[in-house]
Amino acid sequence: MIPLSWYLLVAAALFCIGLYGLFVRRNAVAILMSVELLLNAVNINLIAFWRYNAPDRSVGLAWAVFVLTVAAAEAAVGLALIISVYRNRDSVVAEELDLLKN
Amino acid sequence: MTGQQIVFILLSFVTLASALIVVVNRNLFHAALALMVSFLGVAGLYVTLDAGFLAAAQLLVYIGAISILIIFAIMMTRRLMQATEPSFNTQHVAGIVAAVATFVLLAVVVAGYWPLRADPSLPNVARVQVLPDGTPVETVLQGSVAALGRAFVSADAYVIPFELASVLLLAALVGAIVVAWPKTEDPS
Repeated sequence: MIPLSWYLLVAAALFCIGLYGLFVRRNAVAILMSVELLLNAVNINLIAFWRYNAPDRSVGLAWAVFVLTVAAAEAAVGLALIISVYRNRDSVVAEELDLLKN
Repeated sequence: MTGQQIVFILLSFVTLASALIVVVNRNLFHAALALMVSFLGVAGLYVTLDAGFLAAAQLLVYIGAISILIIFAIMMTRRLMQATEPSFNTQHVAGIVAAVATFVLLAVVVAGYWPLRADPSLPNVARVQVLPDGTPVETVLQGSVAALGRAFVSADAYVIPFELASVLLLAALVGAIVVAWPKTEDPS
């Protein structure tokens, strides 16, 4: 039997790895990959809480499916933005995308 | 240590190790491949949590669609991959400190609220119910795929969020096409 806290710790570790990538990577695609790691960590938490606390209701699974949907939409729009920015500015480095600065 | 726990530890190790490769690897293409392995590990964790449908959805949506999309984006912006400029910004130390501090905070909270040792009261997926005439019947929990499908389309559950998710996906589809469309030449 696996304790609930193990899943929560793994999800926390995955979240923090994604957070680190979000903070330090310069390439916008790498930042998007870190965001996907964050969303996966959240989903592990949702499913673990569903399984241990409310397995007789669909609420946890439904939430996780909605997170999955939003992640797919976010990836599609985010990558389209990156390709558009690359075409216009010839760069996908987040620090150089300062169009809205000042 | 039971077999379940060994499987869990192996899956967690695969997930976390490949996630680390994703954030530290300089080669973006290798990072994207490691991301797929990490998604696969998460799908395995879903299986250990009796969420088979979510595991299949994870395989289809994350590994089948999002990873491929990311690899496309990497290839379309390829010139930057081979640049010799640094792939990390100057906030390296601050990033590590923030991530470790967040993990310590979360770990303290988790260890304070949920016991680290095995909890024997985990509800089973299939419960045996005894009918009034004495025959045992195995009932599957409502969290199964059939119950989830019914919940998505029943008016007293998630039909409105479900339809909103469809609209969101359509909007994202149209938005992605519009954003990525090549800029047309100004006729004037």
